[in-house]
Amino acid sequence: MRTEPPTSAPAAAPPVPRGALARLLDGDLFHSFIRSPITVLSALVVLAILVAALLAPVIAPQNPFDPATLNLMDGFTRPMQANEFTGNVYWLGTDAQGRDLFSAILYGSRVSILVGFAAVAFAAVLGITLGLVAGYRGGWVDSLIMRVADVQLSFPAILVALLIFGVFKGVVPPALHDKAAIYVLILAIGLSDWVQYARTVRSSTLAERNKEYVQAARVIGVPAPTILLRHILPNVMGPVLVIATIGLALAIILESTLSFLGVGVPPTQPSLGTLIRVGQDYLFSGEWWIVLFPGLTLLLLALSVNLLGDWLRDALNPRLRR
Amino acid sequence: MPAFILRRLLQSVLVMLTVALVAFGLFRYIGDPVNNMVGQEATMAEREALRESLGLNDAVPLQFLRFVANAAQGEFGVSYRMARPVADVIAERLPATLELALISGFGALALGIALGVYTALRRDGWLSHAIMGLSLVGVSLPTFLIGILLIYVFAVELKVLPAFGRGEVVDLGWWTTGLLTPSGLKSLVMPAITLGLYQLTLIMRLVRAEMLEVLRTDYIKFARARGLSDRAVHFGHALRNTLLPVITITGLQIGSIIAFAIITETVFQWPGVGLLFITAVQFVDIPVMAAYLVLIALIFVVINLIVDLLYFVVDPRLRVQRSGRGQ
Repeated sequence: MRTEPPTSAPAAAPPVPRGALARLLDGDLFHSFIRSPITVLSALVVLAILVAALLAPVIAPQNPFDPATLNLMDGFTRPMQANEFTGNVYWLGTDAQGRDLFSAILYGSRVSILVGFAAVAFAAVLGITLGLVAGYRGGWVDSLIMRVADVQLSFPAILVALLIFGVFKGVVPPALHDKAAIYVLILAIGLSDWVQYARTVRSSTLAERNKEYVQAARVIGVPAPTILLRHILPNVMGPVLVIATIGLALAIILESTLSFLGVGVPPTQPSLGTLIRVGQDYLFSGEWWIVLFPGLTLLLLALSVNLLGDWLRDALNPRLRR
Repeated sequence: MPAFILRRLLQSVLVMLTVALVAFGLFRYIGDPVNNMVGQEATMAEREALRESLGLNDAVPLQFLRFVANAAQGEFGVSYRMARPVADVIAERLPATLELALISGFGALALGIALGVYTALRRDGWLSHAIMGLSLVGVSLPTFLIGILLIYVFAVELKVLPAFGRGEVVDLGWWTTGLLTPSGLKSLVMPAITLGLYQLTLIMRLVRAEMLEVLRTDYIKFARARGLSDRAVHFGHALRNTLLPVITITGLQIGSIIAFAIITETVFQWPGVGLLFITAVQFVDIPVMAAYLVLIALIFVVINLIVDLLYFVVDPRLRVQRSGRGQ
């Protein structure tokens, strides 16, 4: 998918040296960030959700998954209205068990974000490693890795993730399902998304491999892993950052989708997707807030991360700086 | 040209074999197929007899060959959960999914091209900006959330459309269709929108980007200089050259529409193969999972092949490039 450069892209940027990590701290990038109000806004939203999720135990009015703190009389309290029995007021209302939705969303975002970050990290490490090796070694290693990538790329991520989940359910004894579910989720999402990284890193590595600094390193006898990690890796990180940012939005959406389909995290440790799945049942009886607020949080999070990714892609793309 | 086709065919067969290997691995190694088929009180002798009759005692490569041969004839064994031949269950469910996928696919294509052209031509209009902004929201909105929102608005609040199911269907013998009854058509509206929205945004953004690129080219300037009407320039010259990549992407998207139908079918309880698959995953119904996997792979591979060939036929420049690349 291509997008147009943001209107706020810096008008005349000096030629910037390659090496995206160095460039990240460059004033240039910061400048384009500050000049795009939408980007700043999305960064603030992401930051706010991150902090809120991280500090959930401190901020949340109740621990929504400790049955002792729940009062069944509080069930189905409408948002911002006093409960007819207890008189308690909840900002975003409560669900069937009288669970404060605001607290549930805080804890839910925590799971969603954790899984999202872990899955992206896993996919990135796997993809970058395979991409570096494929690009540097070439030959049959390269062919093998890239053919596998091709085959996998012809299937949508959701299908791959579902399949991995199905295998997990068949292999792991049922008693361990709930405990292991979150790790399997991370594994499934990560494994469904490594191809992008591998392809990008491979093509950049192919370009870097024959440059003089790599040849020089090879001549003085630096071992291949060191060359890859110390010399080539920093120079191929630019596009990876962009993919990882957009990948984070995709991973969060995929996680919530899997949880919504009932194959994600167990209900005892709900993510935003699980909350939406549970809330969907109450939609027909008019309790719209149970599904709406987790849904909005998810949308806000995914949209903001997507906007950040779009901006980063344009800002790191020298071709758009004309 | 023949060499290219041959190579693509070979590649497709290779992909199918890989997928078949995965499906076979699922069937053979996830759980014990025999345990899944017989009841608790089956004796060892009965189990052994079944094992023998299924050929599970043969060498593994031989079993794989048999699996491939059976799969090629649409034979995937018996569903553990429903105790019916998988092929029958899938044949029963497939029309629902295909109808949904094709309708939402073509809808997304038509509307996507129209909106893409509009936003490219009126690049700075407020409506274009609004559409582009909305499309970003569309990309970030998970499919299931769109479905839920639609259900809430049109089924719960306005009560104009059914919230789930396929409505009344007409049985044509080998195909059941919901397109011939009012309730069937009504039931199709929300699932089709839910499924098509993401593809719509994708196609729209693609058409817009391609269109903007083409409008900058010299032959468009030349066409304008010749005094052709805007209409002729935009639709006769620009749009035509935009459509090549659109064909590719759309073709590839048909496959992912069918996969994304899993989500839509779950939200709307649409009785298609996607719902079948997700139930199979939940109940570890391996034969159904394996069959679905092979089916989807087949659809993907065939579409990929057609798109590649189509692209190749339509764009003469590619013939030169491909043969020159020699990969």
